[in-house]
Amino acid sequence: MAVTTGEPLPGVPLPGLVARGLAQLKSLGFGLLFLWPSIILFGAFVFYPLVKATYLGFYESDPLGNQGDFVGLDQYRTVLGGSEFRHALWITFLFTMYTVPPAIVLGLGLAMLANQKLPGISIFRTIFASTVATSVAVAAMMWLTLLNPSTGLVTWLLERAGLPRLNLLNDPDWALFAVSLTTIWLNLGLATIVFLAGLQSIPERLYESARIDGASRLGTFLHVTLPMLSPTLLFVTVIGTILAFESFGQIHILTRGGPLDATTVIVYSIWKEAFQRFNYGVAAVQSVGLFILVLGLTGLQLRFLERRVFYQ
Amino acid sequence: MATSSEALTTKAVAGRRSAWRRPWGRHAVRYAVLILAAAVVVLPIYMTVVNSLLAKESIVAYPPKLFPFDPQWGNFRRALDEVPLARYMLNSTIMTGIIVIGQLATSALAAYAFAFLRFPGRNLLFLLFLSTLMVPVEVAIIPNYQTITRLGWLDTYQALTVPFLATAFGTFLLRQHFMTIPRELRDAAAIDGYGHGRFLLYVVLPLSRPVLASLAVFSFLQAWNQYLWPLLVTNNDNMRTVQIGLEGLRGREIDSFNVVMAGTLIAAMPMFAMLVLFQGQLVRGLTAGAVKR
Repeated sequence: MAVTTGEPLPGVPLPGLVARGLAQLKSLGFGLLFLWPSIILFGAFVFYPLVKATYLGFYESDPLGNQGDFVGLDQYRTVLGGSEFRHALWITFLFTMYTVPPAIVLGLGLAMLANQKLPGISIFRTIFASTVATSVAVAAMMWLTLLNPSTGLVTWLLERAGLPRLNLLNDPDWALFAVSLTTIWLNLGLATIVFLAGLQSIPERLYESARIDGASRLGTFLHVTLPMLSPTLLFVTVIGTILAFESFGQIHILTRGGPLDATTVIVYSIWKEAFQRFNYGVAAVQSVGLFILVLGLTGLQLRFLERRVFYQ
Repeated sequence: MATSSEALTTKAVAGRRSAWRRPWGRHAVRYAVLILAAAVVVLPIYMTVVNSLLAKESIVAYPPKLFPFDPQWGNFRRALDEVPLARYMLNSTIMTGIIVIGQLATSALAAYAFAFLRFPGRNLLFLLFLSTLMVPVEVAIIPNYQTITRLGWLDTYQALTVPFLATAFGTFLLRQHFMTIPRELRDAAAIDGYGHGRFLLYVVLPLSRPVLASLAVFSFLQAWNQYLWPLLVTNNDNMRTVQIGLEGLRGREIDSFNVVMAGTLIAAMPMFAMLVLFQGQLVRGLTAGAVKR
């Protein structure tokens, strides 16, 4: 990897500026030698698609998926303001609220259980983390059986709890709940792992001084554990929200976005528009909308929650 | 139930106000709660195991059967025969292997440039790399699908892997670690006649084994779990990954979900093996990697 160009000829001193410029160029070339694989891949599969999706949004699509007439911002206005996108947005919002806070509460609870110093605790840690090793498709297949209206365990348990026998996945009022249940379970392992790491980073001496001060368990939790855990909480909230906004597999397997679009989140709506109706233009507009939404939401969460976060 | 003296003193302090004075008593309650929580978490997996072993007559029982008294191991055989499950697993393995190796290679190279080389525009480029973390994969699927189609890559391993060979998260993770390697080491290596390439290969990478392992496990998890993209770019049964193949099995065996559950368990095995074998790396990768799923 020797680079020999750029040497000034002996006896003909180049002006300093040019020499420095050449040296800079040489070092840039050297850097690019290491960076080009990543640059090409990001360019082709991240930056170009982003521009292309925005561009596709300016054009209508014919029923075969070919690019049609230029309609400019009109398509953005009609799609993003339209009832379908607003419905998908609402479902995505509900889905996020159904899945993120419960996963945080349960994950934190499990992490606290797993953070006890007991013989054999590592077995429980592995079990609590186990759903992280379950892929979206595998989890969805498992829950498909649990939610089965005639033989599923969840159906039976809910009936025992006094509810009528429900066909959860085919009931517009319950389908999103059923998908959320699957998703909470699926994300529990990740939340537990991250919270456990957060708990373990809290110095023992803080607990000792709380004990010496005679703090109650609840007091210790509220005034030591939670503040010290706030960066982790921020972390899990942001990641959980992004995960919720990008969920697709479990919805595809469990409900296909139905019944009556009750589980059609934005990503599912994009998929349906693009690859079932071949409405690339509309789907492109929705994906640009999703991008802006995720960007804005992440930014907002970081801004507002960051103020409440206590860093050591 | 062995307890160290250190734990005993902690308990003595903590237990002053507690009703449970005997150590085993306190532990009994704690274990009971732990076991209950574990049972709830594991229930879906347990029921999958039960269902995968039930006979066809038993799966329609209501209330559902909670134990397979007459295990039907043939269900697994049938799951493997009904759809090319082994082929799906092979495809998933090849896809995952290429992505993991590719990500390690591209991110090690890029991280090296960001950590050890000085060149104009370095910080700008690094920011540009990080900004890719903000783009959800779903936003890019339509143009990427068009690109793959235009390249004639549908139903190929290229389609399954090439878009994912670079990783900003991996670059970031490795760069952070490379920065902790003393620069004197680079100077010493340079005196010994090591170029950047050899220094990376023989000094930096061996010093980074734990980070590389964490990144590898993290990449594995992400690649193996992929759903939307493989669903999109593969139609041929020979190219399907196992995540998509499960749907096919369900379609074929709509009435016998004991067979479907057997197939699901087979598909879940590699990941469970990973969890048990590499839990440390997995946890490290995920806690670092919670930045990006």
